[in-house]
Amino acid sequence: MSGRHPGRSRWPLWTLLAFGYAFLYVPILLLILYSFNESRLVTVWSGFSLKWYGELLHNRQLLDAAWLSVRIAAVNATVAVVLGTLAANALVRHGRFRGRTGFELLLTAPLVMPDVLIGLSMLLLFVAMQQGFGWPAGRGFTTIAIAHITFSTAYVAVVVRSRLAQMDASLEEAAMDLGARPLSVYAQITLPLIAPALLSGWLLAFTLSLDDLVIASFVSGPGSTTLPMVVYSSVRMGVSPQINALATLIVALVAFAVVIAGLSMRQSQRSS
Amino acid sequence: MSTASAPLSRDSRLSRFVNIGIPYVWLGIFFLLPLLIVLRISIAEPALAQPPYTALWEWIDQGVLQIHINLQNFILVWEDSIYLDAFLNSLWVALVCTLLCLLLGYPMAYALATSPERWRVPLLMLIILPFWTSFLIRVYAWIGILKPQGLLNHALMGIGLIDEPLAILHTQIAVYIGVVYSYLPFMILPLYANLTRLDPTLLEAAADLGCRPLRAFWRVTLPLSSAGIVAGSMLVFIPVVGEFVIPDLLGGPETLMVGKLLWGEFFGNKDWPLASALAVVLLALLVVPFVLMQRIEQRIEEGSR
Repeated sequence: MSGRHPGRSRWPLWTLLAFGYAFLYVPILLLILYSFNESRLVTVWSGFSLKWYGELLHNRQLLDAAWLSVRIAAVNATVAVVLGTLAANALVRHGRFRGRTGFELLLTAPLVMPDVLIGLSMLLLFVAMQQGFGWPAGRGFTTIAIAHITFSTAYVAVVVRSRLAQMDASLEEAAMDLGARPLSVYAQITLPLIAPALLSGWLLAFTLSLDDLVIASFVSGPGSTTLPMVVYSSVRMGVSPQINALATLIVALVAFAVVIAGLSMRQSQRSS
Repeated sequence: MSTASAPLSRDSRLSRFVNIGIPYVWLGIFFLLPLLIVLRISIAEPALAQPPYTALWEWIDQGVLQIHINLQNFILVWEDSIYLDAFLNSLWVALVCTLLCLLLGYPMAYALATSPERWRVPLLMLIILPFWTSFLIRVYAWIGILKPQGLLNHALMGIGLIDEPLAILHTQIAVYIGVVYSYLPFMILPLYANLTRLDPTLLEAAADLGCRPLRAFWRVTLPLSSAGIVAGSMLVFIPVVGEFVIPDLLGGPETLMVGKLLWGEFFGNKDWPLASALAVVLLALLVVPFVLMQRIEQRIEEGSR
């Protein structure tokens, strides 16, 4: 939609857009700015300093939690990409199969379900399973990963599904006509074509997992404290400059990853 | 091709089995089954045991099966005003925030959808980017801004607009700000997708027939974007009803919300059955908006086919 708008009527819209972006970005920019502040107080600027980064790098508890979170996020993203891609295949390739409505329901609900509901219900399942047949014994890495995979799969399915639906089917048909088996068509034609979606799905699942406080709090056990849990307990004490430093590192990392993903997506769009 | 059709159909049966079966089983076990277990625990009684609730049934004698169904939790939720108030306030907060997101998000999505084509992707990236950074930390950022000695009060007093600091942090206003801030991208994305798919010739036709731009917006663009409005609104409304982090960090003691209460019953009071009963009521409240969202989505999908 590119309407013919006289220039006069555009400026209120652009002002509002600018306000919207300011609303989204000012809080993050302030965190970044104050992560370099020497003072502990948010409102006082007492000089440039990297000391909070130094303290962050010596915060053993936080580093351990971050390492656990990163491992869970990586396992989660990898499994969720497989499951989400299968689900997207089912929705795009298998038409109106029996139980499709239920299938779609199960894939949409985790996107909007409040975290407290997912967390509580997952925990109760794990407790019941442990009572019933002794697995999983206790809670920690495995239970958090399973809980994260369950909701991440729904997000990956959304991303991969839209890419699959937009894909040009003629290449696959050509390969099929030349006698290639469906599985090798999928591996050699389809997967490379949807690779950008798999990458963004993986990154999305990774961040969702790294970010989750509520669900992990329900299904974690003693000795498995994730990064958001550490952040949460320190944030509840009030403003903490170390968290500002951590926020800055996360923003830098995410911006880097998004730019890379964006560039690679543009590249593949150009080549296809 | 007739020789190839036999292995093909075997492959396609295998592909159906794998593609549909594996995610179905996973989501059935780890998403649907847990919700049924919540329902079952909500009619149990709290007990000093491991796990802390009573069994649903027990054999008390030969051939006598005793089934315990405890409705006390639901009666308590209905009769104790704190729970009822929390549910009503959660719905209210979700409603107000959905409207605020719509009010701010619609013009933003419209501006994006009508912007020059080469700007769209970077502008859209900028909407999505904050969503990729930590939600918890973004909510935390508002503590430093809103607190009495925070940046907002500092700035407002600096320009002489107010004389003494406003108490915004730990009030419901802070919760509104935090929710709109966190959920705005969820409103903008479906609206943007919807608005970019609109046929521009409809607006041209309206203009040719002498319809003024503002009127054309009300009569053509707005009705045609109703699917995007509903989808975006549900993506905000449904999760916000059960939101925990924002009311916990930014809200005050008077900001009763069901997510916070459920957390407290579970982690504070260790009353698993009551927490489950709250979860069941919350789930029941969300079924209607969820079904609405699902139907709109199916309509969009059928329309684009």
